[in-house]
Amino acid sequence: MDIVKALAIAGSATVLFLVFELIRRGRLKERYALLWLFSGLVMLILSLSRGLLEYIAGLVGIFYPPSLLFLIAFVFLLLITLHFSAVLSGLSEKNKRLAQEVALLQQAMEDLQRSSEPCGKECR
Amino acid sequence: MLLMNKILIIVPAYNEEESLHGAIQDLLGHVPQADILVVDDGSCDRTADVARQAGVSVASIPFNLGIGGAMQTGFQYARTKGYDIAIQFDGDGQHLAAEIEILVDALQKGGADIVIGSRFLNRGEYRPPFFRKIGIWIFSRVLSAIIGMPVTDTTSGFRAANRRVIDFFSRVYPEDYPEVESLVLLHRAGMSIAEAPVRMRDRTGGRSSITPIRSAYYMIKVLLAVFIDLLKK
Repeated sequence: MDIVKALAIAGSATVLFLVFELIRRGRLKERYALLWLFSGLVMLILSLSRGLLEYIAGLVGIFYPPSLLFLIAFVFLLLITLHFSAVLSGLSEKNKRLAQEVALLQQAMEDLQRSSEPCGKECR
Repeated sequence: MLLMNKILIIVPAYNEEESLHGAIQDLLGHVPQADILVVDDGSCDRTADVARQAGVSVASIPFNLGIGGAMQTGFQYARTKGYDIAIQFDGDGQHLAAEIEILVDALQKGGADIVIGSRFLNRGEYRPPFFRKIGIWIFSRVLSAIIGMPVTDTTSGFRAANRRVIDFFSRVYPEDYPEVESLVLLHRAGMSIAEAPVRMRDRTGGRSSITPIRSAYYMIKVLLAVFIDLLKK
């Protein structure tokens, strides 16, 4: 077993292990872990099977098969960050709505307080 | 004319403790029949206190959302409270409360859904600096082409909206530099847009941070947003 293969297996296994651990401890929601799990799994399979890696590398014309691993890892990372950007956009929209709701509720509360005072500020 | 409708004046204010008092007094003096809502957009100064002391309603957003988020809060308030007309009036004292009547009249007589107070129609005394002039010209051209009618002042923050627009804006409102983009969205939603001539005061507290580079950045960003809006849905 060459060093590249050992490194690749260790790397993808570590990613998978970390993701599993985070899910198990409730630190990572499954919804956001799917892409990580999938990419870890694909990387692990390709690291284990040199034949499959060489076959795919040959198909796309990559001379040094392990560099296919880099390509795949890169594409997955790109997808994951894109996914994050989309999630972030959704969150910032929700965050904005919440802030607006807080502002309006606070205003309504001030209105209530003012109307429940026995006399308005005229008699102060 | 002004008496028949429930009118809300939305005053977005971010750190305007110095000019806000003047703006509110101007409004109270010229349009006493309208309600005023100051939307304090997460100011760090006494903006909200100044508004409360003047006796007007204040909605304080817990952190700074930007003018888009602040205006949308105002439209949400207008929709829940059932206002017929909502007017955007900036808290920095640039707009003249006496001219609100012009916008409201145009809104009621012209049958448009939104009326923009334009600094360039007719008695335009406003002379923008060179770079801003180019930007304003480009925006005006692009918007006029998209909307299919001439719009002279696309970046004006002095506007009057009817119920349809209030309802629309309470749901959808662009965030960063919303004036230009909101017009495209309104047009796409089938609303009609009109302009009425207004004047503008010069800034009293000289704090305009617009440099040529920022203007260019602002322009590219807004144009991009406008074109993306055209592709949406």
